[in-house]
This record gives sequence, C-alpha cells and structure tokens, in this order.
Amino acid sequence: MRKLICVLALLLPGMALAAGGNVHLDKANYDLSDKASLQRGAKLFMNYCLGCHGQQYQRYQRTFNDLGIPEELAEENLQFTGEKISDYIERSMPAESAAQWFGAAPPDLTLVARVRGADWIYTYLRSFYVDESRPFGVNNTVFPEVGMPHVLQPLQGTPRMVEEEALVDGETVMRHAGIKTDGDGALTTAEYDQAILDLVNYLEYTGEPFRLESESIGKWVLVFILVLFIFVFMLKKEFWRDVH
Amino acid sequence: MQAFLAWIEARIPMMRVANMHAIQYPAPRNMNFWYVFGFLATIVLVNQIVTGIWLTMNFNPTAEGAFASVEYIMREIDYGWIIRYMHSTGASAFFIVVYMHMFRGMIYGSYQKPRELLWIFGMLIYLALMAEAFMGYVLPWGQMSYWGAQVIVSLFSAIPVIGPDLVQWIQGDYVISGATLNRFFALHVIALPLVIVILVFLHIIALHEVGSNNPDGVAIKHKKGSLSEDEKTKFEIHEYYTSKYDIADDIVPFFPHIVLKDLVAFCIFLAAFTYIMFFAPEMGGKFLEHPNFEIANPLKTPEHIFPVWYFTPFYAILKAVPDKLFGVIAMFGAIIFLFLLPWFDRGTVKSWRYRSGLHKLNLLVFAGVFIFLGYLGGTPQENWKITASQILTVMYFGFFILLFIYSKNETTKPVPARIPK
Repeated sequence: MRKLICVLALLLPGMALAAGGNVHLDKANYDLSDKASLQRGAKLFMNYCLGCHGQQYQRYQRTFNDLGIPEELAEENLQFTGEKISDYIERSMPAESAAQWFGAAPPDLTLVARVRGADWIYTYLRSFYVDESRPFGVNNTVFPEVGMPHVLQPLQGTPRMVEEEALVDGETVMRHAGIKTDGDGALTTAEYDQAILDLVNYLEYTGEPFRLESESIGKWVLVFILVLFIFVFMLKKEFWRDVH
Repeated sequence: MQAFLAWIEARIPMMRVANMHAIQYPAPRNMNFWYVFGFLATIVLVNQIVTGIWLTMNFNPTAEGAFASVEYIMREIDYGWIIRYMHSTGASAFFIVVYMHMFRGMIYGSYQKPRELLWIFGMLIYLALMAEAFMGYVLPWGQMSYWGAQVIVSLFSAIPVIGPDLVQWIQGDYVISGATLNRFFALHVIALPLVIVILVFLHIIALHEVGSNNPDGVAIKHKKGSLSEDEKTKFEIHEYYTSKYDIADDIVPFFPHIVLKDLVAFCIFLAAFTYIMFFAPEMGGKFLEHPNFEIANPLKTPEHIFPVWYFTPFYAILKAVPDKLFGVIAMFGAIIFLFLLPWFDRGTVKSWRYRSGLHKLNLLVFAGVFIFLGYLGGTPQENWKITASQILTVMYFGFFILLFIYSKNETTKPVPARIPK
C-alpha cells in the first residue's frame, strides 16, 4: 500500500500537467470542400509557417492540384526559395540551427491536425498573449511556456490577456478571461479568426489529403454492400425456408 | 471437365476434402448470430494477409524510414490509403470478432468436454494474435508505437534473474531501436502469420472432429443405430460423419445453408467495417491513436501512454497491482485462467439456457468487468480508477473461482435430447 502511494505521488504532478492540457478549446468549423478557404490557408502557411515548419510528407504539386491552384501561378506566388514543384514542402531553416534558436526543432506540420486535432490548433493560434518574461515576449494559454514566437502578431495585433476576479474555493483569484488585442493588427478579430480557420482547414487537408475522396468512394461502397445484402438475404431466406 | 476433375481427384483428394470439411459438414440448424464470428474472423485474417502483402511492398522497416514510408503509402501510392486503412481497421475488427467468438464459446459452453483442445487452440490463436497485433503496432514508428513497445517490452524485465538480459535479447539492442523494429517486422510478416494460419487450420480440424456446438448445447451426433430413419437428417452429409454416427435431422449442411447465413452476417459486418474505414478510420483515436501520427521520439515521452484498446483490460490488471512482478504475473494469469476455463467449469450442461441463474449472472458480470477494465486501462490514470481496477481484477479472477465452486453441484434445467423445434 505504501508503495502504491509512492507511485501515486510520483504520478500526480504528471496528472496535474495532463489536467492543464484540458483547457477549453473553441470548435473549429472547418470545411474541406471550401477550396477558397483552403487556398487562403495554403497562402498563410507558405508565408508565415514554412520558414520554420515543413510538411515533409506532402508535395507542392499535390497540394496545388488538390486545392485547384494553377501550377504557374503557384510557382510564382507560393514558392519562395526555388524548389521544384515536385519537391516535398520542406522548411528552409536547417534543423540544427532551429534547435539552437528555439530550444527544440519546430515540429513538422504535415500531420499536426491528426496529432492535435483541429480545435486545438484553432484555439492555440488565437491564444498567444504578451508575457515579457518569455524569450519571445509571448506566452500561450493553450500551450504554456511555448517556444514559438507569435509570428501572426502583425495580423492579429498585440494580444493582451484579459483577467477577471473570480471566487475559487472561497478565495479571490485572478482568472484568465480571454484575449484582447490593441487593435494594431492588419486584421480585425473576426477576420483573424477566419484566417486561422482557413489555416486549420489547410492543415486538416494535409493531414489526410484524400479525406473527401475517401468519403465519396465510401458512399458508393456502402450502396453496393446494401444491394449485395438484399440479394444475399433473399437467397438465404429461400434456402432456409424448409428448415424451420 | 468431368474427366479432368476425375483425373485430379485420382491424384489429390480435392473434392473429398471440400465435401468433408465444407460442403457436406453437418452444422446444427439452430446456430444463431453468435455463430458467425468464426467465419468473420477467417475473413479478417485473409484481409490482413492480403493487405499486409501489399503494404510490405512499400514499407521500409528502419527507424529512419518507417514513418515516412507509411505516409508515402498513404499519399503517393494509388489508393495506398485504402490498403493501409483496410489493414489498420482490420486489426481492431479482428479483436472485436474474436472477443465475440470467445464470449459465444463461454455462454454456450463450447469449451466443455469434448471440445477442450478446440478451446486451447483458440486461445493459442488469441495469444499469437496479441503478439502479432503488438508488433504490427510498432511498425509505423509513431510515438505510441515506440512508447507502447517500451512499456510492453520492459514488462519482461520484471522476470527475476534473466529479466534484463531477456529484454535486451528481445530488443536486439540496449534500447528499443531500429534493430527492434526490424525484427518485429520479420516476426509480424512471416513468423506469426504462419503460426496463426497453422493454428487456425488445427482449430478447424479439431472442430470438425468433435462437431459444432449450438445454443442449446445438444448433441447432433448420436450413437450408430440409435436413430430411426425418420429421425436422421435428409440432407446429404459426408460419410466421414455418417459412418461413425447417426446424424439427427437437427442439422443443415455447411453449404449452402451456413455459408449463406454467414454471408448475410458478412454483409452487415462489411457495412460497419467500410463505414469506419472510409469515414472514421481513427475511430476517435481508438483504432489509430492520435500521438501515433507523430514520429517516434525517444527523448519526448507522450503525456499518456496507452496500448491499443484491445489490450487495455489486461493493461488495467497490470496497473492494478502495485508490484511490477506481481502485476505481470496477474496479467499473464488472467490469460492463463482463460486457457484453463474447461477445467474450472465442472458442470456437464453446456448452454447457459439450461444452467442456473447464478451462472448467467456470473457470465454477464464477467463480460461487464472485462469491458470496464478495458475502459480503465485505456483512459488517463485517476485515483478512483486504481481502486476500481483493483476491485475489478479481483472480480475477473472471481469469475473462475466462483464457476469452479458452483459448477460441481449446480441446479440446471433438463436438457432436451434433441434440438427443440
């Protein structure tokens, strides 16, 4: 029993941390069939994310074709460092320097939507706030102590944490109550939320580029099975008629 | 054509074996939906083998290349994602049908004399399947592949004296590494499938020797000469069965009757299977766990490490015991007790239809305990869950102990001599 308590005591901090991961996440109502949104998301990704984060399992060409972006147009506007269109979408920053600069190499984002979920990314990118104690001057309520700078700040504006007084277990504490910007960004809050949704949509797409195809094939497969079922069921009835 | 078939038949007993083991095999006519899962398990096995062959064509069994090659299959091979999802969904489907198949055996007493060996072969298949599934899960080399392997392999270190050396021998390295991945690949694609196929063959041969049980647990084979012509079946049954026994008219031939029935079940199963495959292949993170879409990183422990859902009942038992060695013993004990089920049950009435209320309750509680343990082993650790899994572990073993005690002098209902009309 004492051992059990020891084990528990060791596990508890881990559990507390885990509980920290259970912050409220906003629902990302992304739509994979919305090509315009996907294209805007791709544009954001290539402009703001690709410097540090690659998508090493996904090719430019596949992306452009699936998203309906003409290849010449894409090569001119979305490829910046002279890669071939058949190349994988790899980041420009060398992994070693990245690890030195940020403490850890920025993760590959091909599959990030499948690891974290769309809601997490949607909330995360809207949860940076100014915190001078951090190396890059920002912290994040979804991912505390995050090593990533707020690269979208020019779009969002300077985000400040809003706190409110709340009574928790009889004590007054300051509690996180949202993010408010100084209004110095290029986008309004609604526009920024939409931009993040576009980006999430795009990341959802790269996580599983064949999702829509899968669902459209799946429908026909189910129809086929239904027809097969009817015939098999009638045949079975016919043969079993005399048995019972 | 006839001449050609006769030519073949004179040299290899093709039709004879087909008639004996498939077409003219006598099956009880009252077999209900619980009896389709053996057939479904065979279908899933074929699915795993065929899709597995195609996956190996592009899979790269190295620590550097495994994860990327899986994504390559998913993205760049034409319809590679279908093959991969068929395989990954198939793994979970295999356990669903196998668990149903096992529970069928338990409620209708299909493990009782003379089917003890049949049950043992089935359990051996289950054991081989667990090893197969575990090693298969390591291959994509995601975070859960790596850390799951770490947890499971380290269990062997609890064995006194030889433990640490054994772990090193299994890993082929001081840590889980590319060497481990490589040998797991060899075992997953050749050794274990071969073992499983051979065991399935033995399982079916043993089944056909003793005959299929049924929901009433009533024998369909009677002593030679004990049935009148009227009572014997009118269907054409292979002489392998009729020469030794009188077969009552309680049966249907395997083909076409049982095959058609199985095909109806197959359609329903296939609808569920393809729905998951095409619309929700991750099954909410249960069939494909979310952290496994991140490449294995030995320096970064995931927040929670869970085995895939089909192992979680045993994982909960392992975690319920505070001592590692005793935890491992309890976990393996849980499987060994299942092996010994034919000897824990001292009753002679097979089906729960004719057994005591206590037996029915015991079986249902056991099923509930197993599912609840699975929930506890597959969700983040909390204080109450440790206590709960300890209670449930005791209840798990309690099922066998209780069965052993009450089955000796159980009040049972009279079993009819023939399958009720």
